[in-house]
Amino acid sequence: MAAVDVLQVIAPGILSTVQDLGRYGYGRYGVAPSGALDGFALRAANLIVGNREDEACLETTLMGLTVRALADVVVAVTGGNLQPRLNRNPLEMWRSYVIGKGDVLTFSGPATGFRAYVALGGGILVPEVLGSRSTSLFSGFGGFCGRMFQKDDILAATDPDKYLNAAGRCLQPEWIPAYPTRWTLRVLWGPQDHHFTDEGRQAFCSGPYLLSSDSDRTGIRLQGPAVYTRSDVAESIISEGVITGAIQVPGDGQPIIILGETVTGGYRKIATVISADLALLGQMKPGDTVQFRVVSPAEAAQALRKEEKRIQSFKKSLPG
Amino acid sequence: MLYDKPIFRRMGDRSVLIELGDDISPAVNERVQRLFIALDRLKLAGVLDLIPAYRSLLVIHHPLMIETDVLKDLIRDACSRLDAIRLPKSDTVTVPVVYGGRYGPDLQWVAKFHKISVREVIDLHTRPLYRVYMIGFTPGFPYLGEVPEKVATPRRKTPRTDVPRGSVGIAQRQSGIYPVDSPGGWQIIGWTPAQLFDPRKEPPSLLQMGGQVRFYEVSAEEAKQWQP
Repeated sequence: MAAVDVLQVIAPGILSTVQDLGRYGYGRYGVAPSGALDGFALRAANLIVGNREDEACLETTLMGLTVRALADVVVAVTGGNLQPRLNRNPLEMWRSYVIGKGDVLTFSGPATGFRAYVALGGGILVPEVLGSRSTSLFSGFGGFCGRMFQKDDILAATDPDKYLNAAGRCLQPEWIPAYPTRWTLRVLWGPQDHHFTDEGRQAFCSGPYLLSSDSDRTGIRLQGPAVYTRSDVAESIISEGVITGAIQVPGDGQPIIILGETVTGGYRKIATVISADLALLGQMKPGDTVQFRVVSPAEAAQALRKEEKRIQSFKKSLPG
Repeated sequence: MLYDKPIFRRMGDRSVLIELGDDISPAVNERVQRLFIALDRLKLAGVLDLIPAYRSLLVIHHPLMIETDVLKDLIRDACSRLDAIRLPKSDTVTVPVVYGGRYGPDLQWVAKFHKISVREVIDLHTRPLYRVYMIGFTPGFPYLGEVPEKVATPRRKTPRTDVPRGSVGIAQRQSGIYPVDSPGGWQIIGWTPAQLFDPRKEPPSLLQMGGQVRFYEVSAEEAKQWQP
């Protein structure tokens, strides 16, 4: 196994980090999962370059970053269409290419979606911390030195030359997600839906909600019809564990969709986004609108199987 | 109060929230600890994480690897045999604290709020043997109970945007320690040189749910010299 320096960061953009599918098993110590906010795009990116689907990728936000290749490496860009360019020429997404020494990958900003994923054949070589390569930005560990990328950082991959023959792979066009600006998220009621008034629940279902600009990697803040709690319940609940997609409602009635940077919370949650729609959370951007559609557990299960089938069919179509 | 039967609540299609009581009390929290230990031992395939809290346990699973209904049956089964779970004997972790001054900017205010002296606040805060009810908020942050009624103080009206790591705070009957620089609304009465969280260690958290903590007062000079 040889570590090879493959990319140098020329400009880091506003937020570019190393993420994999997240850090699980340490919630008892208060350690949050972090991880790619669009798990589907990360898994697809890895498969396209010949990696295991759970390898670490580069996650870049909004205007994207600029990197220069230091050696031959196979790359693929997936997720939000931040308009990637290779040496100034538009680069097709959801497809793998070999780039060589001196090639420059840049982005010109979002046409659709919010976050793009760059997979490298051979992964991104950073140490596993507590079982994951994801960056915990708020506690400063994992990923690349526990922080977002900075100018001149150098990324290494493991045996990148062994992956060069994966170049040219692509995801079937019909499986490439469309990222709208008006979103519908499917949710299941609970765990504290019974703490809200009927009017509050109706407001929540009717929406629409605007994504606030103070959303970040910890949560998507929404502005719209206030979701009122019953007058006979206290302002907060006794703190309990939370997961990505749980929708908490503080006293002002404006919902916040929790993302994977915390494990506990003391606000009540009216509903929770279903697993099949979690990847969408990574692509919603400030200014977009969202509506919630309540589904049944059976519908949630069916939706997830359908989503998973896309990845599994793609895996089967790959050589080896 | 402990519930006769656990209450299951749905948090999405990939977790099960089990409530074992309705308050913050050692009896309920101990029950949570037993269920946590029982499920942790089972090492169920498809269970990704367990998050024990004051009165509930959150079980996060992969719904395609283990169905929610199957998981619930296994949890119900574990709940029926909790009395047989032996709790681990926990050593008391002693935590040195420099109280007041720039280390504890809210100490004076807490004293004033209760119309007692700063000395009394320190004596009352160092008196109890605290139970670690849960770890949450940020990695390694312990929720400790209970602070004596005489120094129980509400959170700050305006939370601070940057509470230094090591800060020791009070919020109502709870005390806590900030493991990393973070925002926070607790009344900060002191600071500890102890390292609460180190991702290179196994376990990464100095304290664990169900453990015990006692605070003792040190001078700023002693804190500088302090070694774990």
